[in-house]
Amino acid sequence: MERKNKPKIAVWKFASCDGCQLSLLDCEDELLTVAEAVEIAYFPEATSVSVKGPYDVSLVEGSITTQHDAERIHRVRRASKVLITIGACATAGGIQALRNFKDTKALTAMVYANPKYIETLSKSTPIADHVFVDFELRGCPISKKQLLEVIGAYLDGRKPITPHYSVCVECKRRGTPCVMVAHGTPCLGPVTQAGCNALCPAYQRGCFGCFGPAEVPNTRALAEQWKVLGKSPQDLVRIFRTFNAYADAFRKESDVHES
Amino acid sequence: MTKSSKADFKSRFVLERQDFQCLLDALNGQGYRLIAPTPRDGAVVYDEIAAVSDLPIGLTDEQERGTYRLKDGDPGRLFGCGLGPHSWKKFLYPAELRLWNAHANGSLAITPDDHHPERLALIGVRACELGALRVLDRVLSGGQYHDTVYEAQRDHLFIVAVNCGRAGNTCFCASMNTGPRAESGFDLALTEILEPERHYFVVEVGSEAGQRLFDGVPHQSALEADVQKATTIIETTATHMGRHLDTTGIKDLLYANFENSEWDEVAARCLTCGNCTLVCPTCFCTTVEDVAELTGASAQRIRRWDSCFTMDFSYVVGGHVRASARSRYRQWLTHKLAAWIDQFGSSGCVGCGRCITWCPVGIDLTEEAKTIRAHSQPKPETKSRKKIHHENT
Ligand code: SF4
Ligand code: SF4
Ligand code: SF4
Ligand code: SF4
Repeated sequence: MERKNKPKIAVWKFASCDGCQLSLLDCEDELLTVAEAVEIAYFPEATSVSVKGPYDVSLVEGSITTQHDAERIHRVRRASKVLITIGACATAGGIQALRNFKDTKALTAMVYANPKYIETLSKSTPIADHVFVDFELRGCPISKKQLLEVIGAYLDGRKPITPHYSVCVECKRRGTPCVMVAHGTPCLGPVTQAGCNALCPAYQRGCFGCFGPAEVPNTRALAEQWKVLGKSPQDLVRIFRTFNAYADAFRKESDVHES
Repeated sequence: MTKSSKADFKSRFVLERQDFQCLLDALNGQGYRLIAPTPRDGAVVYDEIAAVSDLPIGLTDEQERGTYRLKDGDPGRLFGCGLGPHSWKKFLYPAELRLWNAHANGSLAITPDDHHPERLALIGVRACELGALRVLDRVLSGGQYHDTVYEAQRDHLFIVAVNCGRAGNTCFCASMNTGPRAESGFDLALTEILEPERHYFVVEVGSEAGQRLFDGVPHQSALEADVQKATTIIETTATHMGRHLDTTGIKDLLYANFENSEWDEVAARCLTCGNCTLVCPTCFCTTVEDVAELTGASAQRIRRWDSCFTMDFSYVVGGHVRASARSRYRQWLTHKLAAWIDQFGSSGCVGCGRCITWCPVGIDLTEEAKTIRAHSQPKPETKSRKKIHHENT
């Protein structure tokens, strides 16, 4: 399909590790081939001044953890025709959302010598809790292939193909013997959204849930099976509380096992 | 082995274990790539092998619902392992297949992919798996529309079947009339006999291609006693099935129990992960995805294995037809064991037990069918028909 004008893509960073932006940089070969068609502006530490726009597509990495960012995301939204969040931080609050289960003030006092200089919100929240998000691209980090698919889809005005089914589907397609069944290793694959091509089971490790909850995840039934495999309630809390700890399904399941 | 040929060549032979490699060499000599069970990552998978030493020699497996463990078996036995998570369908009906490529360069050009069948020798095909190939033949090349990739590959197979000397804990081929004896649909069928003093195979030739190949492999005629031993082994297997499925009137039973409350009970346990469908040797559902390049100048259409347990599978304008786990589990079981009979003239289940072993939470379709039978709550037919149309949920 021929595209008429040169779409502008902006990349924004909020509270995150930069891993997802690295996935984007990792796409440079592909992006270079369209450098003529697409203009990319990075705003790693953007201030209000640089939020001009409008941008055809904004990619947002990171979660909202400060009052400043809670305001900044609204300016980004206003400057963007399409806003796509990328990665577990932006879509679920990220690993930093572990604070959401604790008293953030107490944590700050434990970590910093002078906690009074720390300005932070009590919770780390996904972007969609603050502004309307057109599309959420999951993953910790995101998959390069899916990122290109999503950018391409938005430039062409079509729906991106990013499956919502379980990691198991990808795992079986690639022919990996199931680590739950063949080794008794607990795996989050059955309740986790596909996208990584079932990477961890291919190395005989259980899925860590990087892509967040799959469509209709039956976390309860999986947790019951893990108990059969010898996992304690504390283990269950820990396994559901990682990169996507604050995603609804995982948060609720972890709460169930916390005594 | 072409799918139409039958086992008309009934003479039996003996192949000594030390000559087994000669059989592989002969297949190689005829240009076949050797595909066989081989251990990998704690399970037996189907993949290319170079020599007899790549088989799971001396290993066996322990299977139960939701568990599979490889362990030491009879030292030296070549086919002591039962079925693993793979099925032969992956070679005939690949998990991922590019159908065509499109380029927009001024005008649009669509180029279908050329799929060239390979000469594949499938070694160690069990009776239930021959049954699964018969099912796939009916589905993929028996009706009005043919899967040409499947058909072409099907015509390039050499099938070395193996009669089961042991039924796995989740096997129930005897209930489904597919095993444990390989009756037809093979080029050669072997029964492994492992004795303290002697290790050999009783060989049945099932096709002209099988005969031609076997002529080039050292062998003797089988004695009556050898044939008898093989028969006893298979008969013993048949009476030691790990599972049983009562198929009496199963179609009507399941059709009548569309609204049975037991479906809710299994839905609470089911992860809707799709593993059962993906390990099933007869499940054939796929999705097609169009992948466009970022430039917008080219695109490809890819066919991938799908599952009736995914939400997108039943997505139509306005929503998901089977939104609940209950409706999806019921779809799987009812299609396999009932609707398949109306659709393709046979059960969709060959009793291999893979869906039982490889379900991460150990849901057992033989148990579920039994539960429905025990708690049958038939609804008047007209009412349930109406329901099917209005709320397949
Ligand atoms: S290893 Fe994990 S992702 Fe793969 S099939 Fe088993 S449970 Fe699913
Ligand atoms: S189901 Fe029957 S034929 Fe298949 S592996 Fe088990 S015993 Fe053999
Ligand atoms: S029956 Fe088992 S394998 Fe099948 S979808 Fe349900 S949990 Fe997954
Ligand atoms: S339904 Fe289960 S037992 Fe039947 S053929 Fe499929 S995987 Fe095998």
